[in-house]
Amino acid sequence: MIEIRRLAKRLSHRSVLDGLDLDVRTGETLVVLGPSGTGKSVLLKHIIGLMQPDAGSIRIDGEEIVGLSEKELSRVRRRFGMLFQGAALFDSMTVGENVALAMLEHAREMDAAEVRRRVLERLEWVGLKGAETLKPASLSGGMRKRVGLARALAMDPEYILYDEPTTGLDPIMADVINQLIRDLQKQLNVTSVIVTHDIKSAYSVADRIVLLYEGRVRYDGTAEETRRTQDAMMRQFIEGSSQGPIKPV
Amino acid sequence: MPNGVTPDDLALSGLRIVRARLGDWLAEIGRATSMMLETTQASLERLPSARLITQQMEAIGVGSLWLVIVVSVFTGAVAAVQAAYQFTAVVPLKYLSGVILRSVVIELGPVLTALVIGGRVGASIAAELGTMKVTEQIDALRAMGISPVRYLVAPRVIAAIIMLPILTIYADAIAVLGGYVVAVVSLNVSTPTYMQGLREFFHMKDLLSGLLKAVFFGNIIGMMGCYYGFQTEGGAEGVGKATTSAVVTSCVLILILDYILATILFRIIFL
Repeated sequence: MIEIRRLAKRLSHRSVLDGLDLDVRTGETLVVLGPSGTGKSVLLKHIIGLMQPDAGSIRIDGEEIVGLSEKELSRVRRRFGMLFQGAALFDSMTVGENVALAMLEHAREMDAAEVRRRVLERLEWVGLKGAETLKPASLSGGMRKRVGLARALAMDPEYILYDEPTTGLDPIMADVINQLIRDLQKQLNVTSVIVTHDIKSAYSVADRIVLLYEGRVRYDGTAEETRRTQDAMMRQFIEGSSQGPIKPV
Repeated sequence: MPNGVTPDDLALSGLRIVRARLGDWLAEIGRATSMMLETTQASLERLPSARLITQQMEAIGVGSLWLVIVVSVFTGAVAAVQAAYQFTAVVPLKYLSGVILRSVVIELGPVLTALVIGGRVGASIAAELGTMKVTEQIDALRAMGISPVRYLVAPRVIAAIIMLPILTIYADAIAVLGGYVVAVVSLNVSTPTYMQGLREFFHMKDLLSGLLKAVFFGNIIGMMGCYYGFQTEGGAEGVGKATTSAVVTSCVLILILDYILATILFRIIFL
């Protein structure tokens, strides 16, 4: 379980997270919705310790991670897999090497045949069997995201963080990614946090949806409750209207 | 002077700017030093894999060899022409090779090699790591529990520290050869005279001090490339700025350190 309390962060003299409280329950798929620039990606980076907050607390299964050293954070991070917005593939490596990297660094006892077997297995999970020798530069946006996902799954994470998994993809590829997230959820039974502004994707994958605005959680409900909600902010976001309590930046 | 602005106001605002710049500068030195300590600690805890180091040695050393050869041939040739000109009617040309040898081995070889490699390799490291930073690849490494300092910085710095002295040895030899060609072809110095001068003026301590300088210069080039790469912010423009800063800072630090090392080596240790 991830427990976030009174999390605050200022960037470039602007308050991005402003006393945010949020719980992510073990095994659930939580979607964090919100307009661009409301601190969704910053929240994910705090959960995995890539950013340190100005104030507040983040507990992962009871362990406080705020203030941990980089070395201690590295141990915590191994329990996570993260899919970055632009996939963040290492472009000097092949697809297979990208997926194998964490195993080669952290599981040195694993022999080459086992690493290869696991790499191929993960690429098969994301529908990219046979792509292991390709370079990231030759992949389409959707393929890059799927390689990023295969890489995030390399070390059997307990938590998977997705930063805008469907942004920049065509609707069909976006649905492929949504389907993949659901399948992996069933197959691996992990806890997932998905940051997005794609409401269709949120309905498709979420157990629970929260809306982030001006650095705080403004709405919290299941996918079904969200469809029927009369909450003004959430309704404005669902309908994609420029009129309402959410002010376009 | 604009209305209401007194000389005191101007002086105060000037002072504030100087104080802010000085603060930024000190903070930069602090961050770079802290990265250097972190790199040393990471390398001592567990040496980066030999594969990563040799990859970088190839990129830094083998990739720069032709550039070093061209620069060194002409450095030796120019040294020969300039020395001969200054010797005219004062010093016999039998001392020409000795002067070329000592100036190349002590100073020109290590410093020019470092400046050339600082430009080529420092820029390439800063651009590569800067692009990795802005495309979140460095965050991705951290998210995987892999230390970017151990995985990216340490192999580059170690490779630069190993390759700079090796390139300097090549540079020394080729510059002396360049000087030889000019001396024999256009200055009427015979081969035995040139060789005799080399034998008489070669001192092991000159060579070792040049190579010691190269070790320090390699550290500066690797560290500055990595440091500015890691500091990159904001897309292509940021990568361009990081690259320029890495090259300019490396070159300035190389020249400052050259003076400090020259003072320590030739005024204290070898006095």
